Amino acid sequence: MHSFLSNKWIKVPIFLLCLVPFGLLVWRALTGNLGPNPVETLQHTTGDWILRFLIFTLCITPLRKLLKLPELIRFRRMLGLFAFFYACLHFLTYLGPDQNFSLAAMSKDVAKRPFVTVGFTAFVLLIPLALTSTAGWIRRLGGRRWQMLHRLIYISAVCGVIHYYWLVKSAVLRPLAYGAIVGVLLLWRLGDWLIRRGRTVAVAPKTQRASANSQ
Amino acid sequence: MLLQRKPELTYADVTPKDVYFNRRKFLKAMGITGVAALAGRNLLNLASPSRDVYAATKFTGLSKSPFSTTEKETSYQDATHYNNFYEFGVEKDQPAKNSQNFRTSPWTVSVEGEVTTKRKFTMDEILKLAPLEERIYRHRCVEGWSIVVPWIGFSFSILAKLVEPTPKAKFVAFESFWDLGQMPKARPELAGIEFPYVEGLRLDEAMHPLTLLSVGMYGESLPNQDGAPVRMVIPWKYGFKSIKSIIKIKFVSKEPPTTWNLSNSREYGFYSNVNPSVDHPRWSQATERRLGDIFRHKTLMFNGYQDQVASLYTGMDLKKYY
Repeated sequence: MHSFLSNKWIKVPIFLLCLVPFGLLVWRALTGNLGPNPVETLQHTTGDWILRFLIFTLCITPLRKLLKLPELIRFRRMLGLFAFFYACLHFLTYLGPDQNFSLAAMSKDVAKRPFVTVGFTAFVLLIPLALTSTAGWIRRLGGRRWQMLHRLIYISAVCGVIHYYWLVKSAVLRPLAYGAIVGVLLLWRLGDWLIRRGRTVAVAPKTQRASANSQ
Repeated sequence: MLLQRKPELTYADVTPKDVYFNRRKFLKAMGITGVAALAGRNLLNLASPSRDVYAATKFTGLSKSPFSTTEKETSYQDATHYNNFYEFGVEKDQPAKNSQNFRTSPWTVSVEGEVTTKRKFTMDEILKLAPLEERIYRHRCVEGWSIVVPWIGFSFSILAKLVEPTPKAKFVAFESFWDLGQMPKARPELAGIEFPYVEGLRLDEAMHPLTLLSVGMYGESLPNQDGAPVRMVIPWKYGFKSIKSIIKIKFVSKEPPTTWNLSNSREYGFYSNVNPSVDHPRWSQATERRLGDIFRHKTLMFNGYQDQVASLYTGMDLKKYY
């Protein structure tokens, strides 16, 4: 498993797999199979895939630790960037067919509609993450600051779920399911952080010097 | 009254009931199953191309209505595969799939409450009440999409006058069919609304000539997913007011409860008139997307039926009575 995940070429099939939802949409668009409301189909499908890729991205850290597969980190950036890719498509289907490509109309809508505001927030928060996703930016920002910045994905994911929840009329099961998954993934981090903090506090007096050296 | 009906159109013009209802059963009774059914399906499709074999028979000799719009009709495919009919699932494509075995025969509609003559109507009797008209109406969903549908039916007032509402009758309450056996998805925890689906109109709204008791669309009886065998169509109100698959009509003295209002009273009022200047709390109602279009267009006051219905609401604050 370790060598499989570390394989140089393994990213290629995963990359292609991440493109499948996009490919299917293009195929359906070209063959006129997007259903009676094509714009809505594009919006809902891309919206679903943003949440899924955010969830995949958020799964990496817990899975690395729980399964003891540190190699999984190699896929995190790609998954996060695919979330951003689908978010861009989602945003374009809103800016175009819904707002006639008018930034003025869009700003008014974003300001007025809480469900749009929260969705737009989720999208905007992903922009700095996508821009600073390179190794160069990690170096420039420093690991700690970079990590702090990239915690914005938590807020983005929560905003994304709220956006979906506020959109539906009464069928809240699906947005709630996404919410539950995101909730579990964030709670795991909280738990993990509390445990680590507890451990650090407990061992701090004895190993202060040693840990200071090792960091 | 503007309506010009052709009195020569009689019930004899309507396809016989045993053909009209459940053609699928009819096919089964003829022993057409399995592979043979496919052949039968193809034959029937040749007779009425692009129509689902389960959609029932054509109505002929329909009279035209001055209320009809000249706007382009939504395609039959779109109007029958993009439905809000939560009894058959909450996704737009589910009702078309999940309603195919819905039994709409025998069917009776019970008319009760503040009327001189309480009675039950069979579908046969309803079809005989008046000459059927085709009315091409705009239909605007509260979600912001719209369609143009050639409905078939007659003014609800014809049925109402027949049962003679008493002076106490101020509202009309409607109730949809509900059976978990046939509608396993019709549960509050799945759909987020209560069942059976109930709707209501003020008596003067119900008696308005535009208010249609519909038994068909696109020249045929209603497909199951569009509210077979009989539904209401109130074109100046959001689509959810146009209740489907009606089994009970009750004339009442007080404003009756309505399903979406029970579910969320802040978002869905009793009146729910199409009104571009009164937004849904979460989204704008200023524009709508016609199915088949990419871009949105402006929504009209009372869905474009202002001239006919605005007088019903004279002096009312439509922001308050949304």
